[in-house]
Amino acid sequence: MSVDRPQAWDVESVAAELLACEDEVRDRSPFTDDWRELDVATGYRIQDRTLEQRLARGETLVGMKLGLTSRAKQRRMGVDTPFVAWLTDAMVLPAGDPVPQGRLIHPRIEPEIVFVMGRRLQGPGVTVAQAMASVDQVLGGAEIIDSRYRDFAFTAGDVIADNASSGAFVTGPIALSPCNIDLSTEGVLVEVDGAVVDSATAAAVQGHPAEALALAANELASRGRAIEAGWIVLTGGITDAVVARPGSTVWTHFATLGSIYLSGGGEATS
Amino acid sequence: MDSFARESAAQALLEAYETKIPIAPLTDTHEGMSLDDAYAIQELQTRRRLEEGRVLKGHKVCLTSAATQRQLGVDQPDHGVLFDDMFFLEHAPIEAGHYLAPKVEPEIAFVLRSPLAGPGVTVVDAIGAVDYVLLALEIIDSRIRDWRITILDTVADNASSGGLVLGSTPTRLGDVDLRLVGVNLHRNGQLVATGAGGAVLGSPINALVWLANTLGPRGVTLEAGAVVLPGSITAAQAVDPGDTVTATFSGLGSVTAQFAPAPSTSEVR
Repeated sequence: MSVDRPQAWDVESVAAELLACEDEVRDRSPFTDDWRELDVATGYRIQDRTLEQRLARGETLVGMKLGLTSRAKQRRMGVDTPFVAWLTDAMVLPAGDPVPQGRLIHPRIEPEIVFVMGRRLQGPGVTVAQAMASVDQVLGGAEIIDSRYRDFAFTAGDVIADNASSGAFVTGPIALSPCNIDLSTEGVLVEVDGAVVDSATAAAVQGHPAEALALAANELASRGRAIEAGWIVLTGGITDAVVARPGSTVWTHFATLGSIYLSGGGEATS
Repeated sequence: MDSFARESAAQALLEAYETKIPIAPLTDTHEGMSLDDAYAIQELQTRRRLEEGRVLKGHKVCLTSAATQRQLGVDQPDHGVLFDDMFFLEHAPIEAGHYLAPKVEPEIAFVLRSPLAGPGVTVVDAIGAVDYVLLALEIIDSRIRDWRITILDTVADNASSGGLVLGSTPTRLGDVDLRLVGVNLHRNGQLVATGAGGAVLGSPINALVWLANTLGPRGVTLEAGAVVLPGSITAAQAVDPGDTVTATFSGLGSVTAQFAPAPSTSEVR
């Protein structure tokens, strides 16, 4: 094993190492420590390679997730659009199931607005209004993010290669037409072990989650892809992620999209 | 602190309002200062304000979010009083020079229909005493230099109160989800903070219960008609002269505070 020893990385070997980290539930140092040229474009090539391998082992592509959808975080990372990454059926967590601690390294939970696409959305030039019109249903969701990098420390290239810290996700109990909800003021409350730890509105996602969707459609177009009808789109964390401690309980309450309960799973560590 | 030390601390704070020159944290100069000392210093100023002719119009609760309590290392809120001259009208320019280091916070203000006095006030009693709620922007300010406050400093300084702007559409309690109502705060057109009502002690109504039960044993009743600010839904945002700050509440509309531009003489370099 030569996990952290400097070596000549390439798209193929990084993709393989990331999937191995996921399968073996271990973290590692960022690849950019040894491979400075691992930029955003290279990161997406690696991400696409890991998707090919997920599909080759029998997983099904069900949609995409957006990351880094707060303008403040984008400025900090030096980018101006959200990251996109892939969702497969293996990442779907049934409602009521605990956080799958056994297969995740250091899971964190964040509330998100989830879109189910009614129509194909092909950039470039997609506007917010067109993005909204292509959405069939809006749901609340809780994403369980996980990073293959130690302490979630990474550059933009690293995290994109790592499928934008994908882990698992659960969708909420209510689906509404986007015509029937003002997402920009949709209130969200996060409670851990019965105490409110954070609150926000969905405006924290790029001003409006449909704004993030439009940016993502245009970003995907530059890679020759579209957002397909039927896809699930996780639009990005509304609050900071909370650590999913074993034995804890996390509630995510949405003003009109209902509440999602997640048990931290595993053994309580006191 | 002896009564002389309390008096002089109250006097120093009152002078800071006039001179606009902040003072050093009281906790730097008064070792062994207690929470009782801090509230006594606040009350000395309140008494003076009332003697000067100001009218008590309500109360404010603060340190109501997990984040601000952690920041100040406390596990309970604090409270201050609201006088008639602290109420500003929406869209009427507020002289920023009136303040030392103002910040703005979005809140849901309670207006009482009947008096409320603890101990023993339940959430049912509190809900029964509320006539309606108004959207609010509270202006907080500190007479302590650079906001270098402990809980004792802010309590002595009338809980860092500054003023408030109230919306003009009364809403019945039954028509608002106090916990989950979403709030967006825009400063000069830019989204600077978002939150939901439950950030305030799990629900803003809990702040009203806490206030009634805290003041009651000290002989203070929350009077009919009083305004109660229960605490901020988001982190406070600093404001400058000329700023426009708007809080938009899901389904309830918005409230705007307009700060007057700096006087032109200050633009001379």
